[in-house]
Amino acid sequence: MSVIDKAPPAPARPAAPREPRITDEHGRRVRVWELALRYLLLLGVLALTVGPFLWQLSTSLKGPTEDIFSSPPRFLPADPTLHNYERVADTIPVWDYALNSLKVAAANVVTNCVGAALAGYALARLRYRGRTAATLVFILAMLVPVEGIIIAQFTTMRELGLNNTLIGVVLPGCVSALNVLLMRNAFLNLPYEIEEAAFVDGANVWQRFLRVAVPSVKGTLAVVAIFAFMGAWDDFLWPLIVLSDPSKFTLTIGLNYLHGTFANDERLVAAGTIIAVAPLIALFACLQRYFFRGVGEGAVKG
Amino acid sequence: MASSTVSRVRRQLPSSPWLFAAPGLLITGAFILYPFVSTLVNAFTDRRTLIPGEFVGLANFSELLHDDMFWIGLRNSTLYVLVVVPALVVLPLLLALLVQKNIPGITFFRSAFYTPVVASIVVVGLIWVWLLDERGLVNSVLEAIGVGRVGFLSDQWLLLLSAMAVTVWKGLGYYMIIYLAALANVPRELHEAAAVDGAGAVRRFLSVTVPAVRSTMVLVGALSSVAAFKVFSEVYLMAGPSGGPAGEDTTLVMLVQRTGTGLTGRVGYASAISVVVFVVTVALMLLVLRADRKDAS
Repeated sequence: MSVIDKAPPAPARPAAPREPRITDEHGRRVRVWELALRYLLLLGVLALTVGPFLWQLSTSLKGPTEDIFSSPPRFLPADPTLHNYERVADTIPVWDYALNSLKVAAANVVTNCVGAALAGYALARLRYRGRTAATLVFILAMLVPVEGIIIAQFTTMRELGLNNTLIGVVLPGCVSALNVLLMRNAFLNLPYEIEEAAFVDGANVWQRFLRVAVPSVKGTLAVVAIFAFMGAWDDFLWPLIVLSDPSKFTLTIGLNYLHGTFANDERLVAAGTIIAVAPLIALFACLQRYFFRGVGEGAVKG
Repeated sequence: MASSTVSRVRRQLPSSPWLFAAPGLLITGAFILYPFVSTLVNAFTDRRTLIPGEFVGLANFSELLHDDMFWIGLRNSTLYVLVVVPALVVLPLLLALLVQKNIPGITFFRSAFYTPVVASIVVVGLIWVWLLDERGLVNSVLEAIGVGRVGFLSDQWLLLLSAMAVTVWKGLGYYMIIYLAALANVPRELHEAAAVDGAGAVRRFLSVTVPAVRSTMVLVGALSSVAAFKVFSEVYLMAGPSGGPAGEDTTLVMLVQRTGTGLTGRVGYASAISVVVFVVTVALMLLVLRADRKDAS
């Protein structure tokens, strides 16, 4: 199966069974049969996790005359074509939807980075009456299950006249409480000394924030940025509720519409899903480190 | 000296702290806390999308008791927790053990296993709709090996089960990373001592690994049970907006979305369902945390 071909070039296939050079993290030798079993299991899970994406990709590249329902199935397209991608663009304004998704995701990144850094700094560093109360507000907000308040969020948007706009899509999550608390923790972990020096030099609070504190928490800021992008790009329930005009759809809502209207055209839907997922997989491939780091930090906060 | 500088660093212009916190507080207040409170209030009114509505006491809640669709939703969301949570507590742990050892190519496998987490739930849902289609890949394979075709997406229970499988499939990589971090902190001496005592791999897993990552298992249990109870997208995409045959696959959040939106949306009634979602979510958290304390003692 094609999945297996994608595996890294024969990773340490026990070429010299007598002398396994593979050692574990403590420098101990790993037995050959154990290693073989491990790779076998790894390849099995790989087929299960990545296989469905490749099958979708393969379907999207199959031409109109090729049988996509054959049994036994054919994994590789006989005559790969981009025809289905052109058809998606003819059927729905998929590039407009992609642009809408990009706008929403980019706005979400900027507002979350700026808003969470500012609020996190205030919670961690600045001393004022009501700081504990402010922290509590964010903790409470983090615990509210968003799925339970969507109807009230929608009526709020309607009252503001922002339903059916991209701004309405961005606003509720544009400074998420989780991100504020993440930034607060990052600032709390900075030693005071580095700001003292700037203070002695006469820097005011804004200068210390911008020139000293923020550059020291770039890692956490990157995590916030990536998860803000991914969250906005992938979101479904909220845009589904707040957007009704097809010209304002984001990609996920457009895909849902494509699926609902052209469910029997599997090649078309497959091409649409690949368009939606490709940018994120590319982003993930480049910035894996931050994706994994974000899981750890996010999980601790809840 | 140092402490006096610290206190001077901390002394600020009177207005700036609130200026810093203002955007976050404003957004959180207007779009999270205010809707939360207004959901609680609306639950006791007959408010509709275009009609402000009046206080009706507990009428919405007593209507819930006689609403078959509400019980279907409650049943499905509860089943979701019961099936998905054990799977998401155990399987990612096994997966983390599989990718823990630093053998060649392992970073590739770790990243590959995380791919479903990155993809949108809409993409994931549609991929599986096609895979599990009457004429899709899974059924082609089943037919080729002589099992025959299975109506994964037409039978009420198979549909729910398929959606659960998709939820687990998408969550595996996320919880795997959480477990990996926890496993890195398990002292190696424990494993060695157990191995010296003649404990096999299964025995070592149960008596060394599981106790060592127990608090992480509780965390995963809490996170996944809250998420599972609020399931929406997977079921919406696989069963359709109306929730499968006769709506039998509707979940609670799907019911909230269906009841509360549109020009005739019953905001008050949907809010009452939301309140049930809040209560169960909080109860689930408390239950998991309490189980944790009992285990620890």
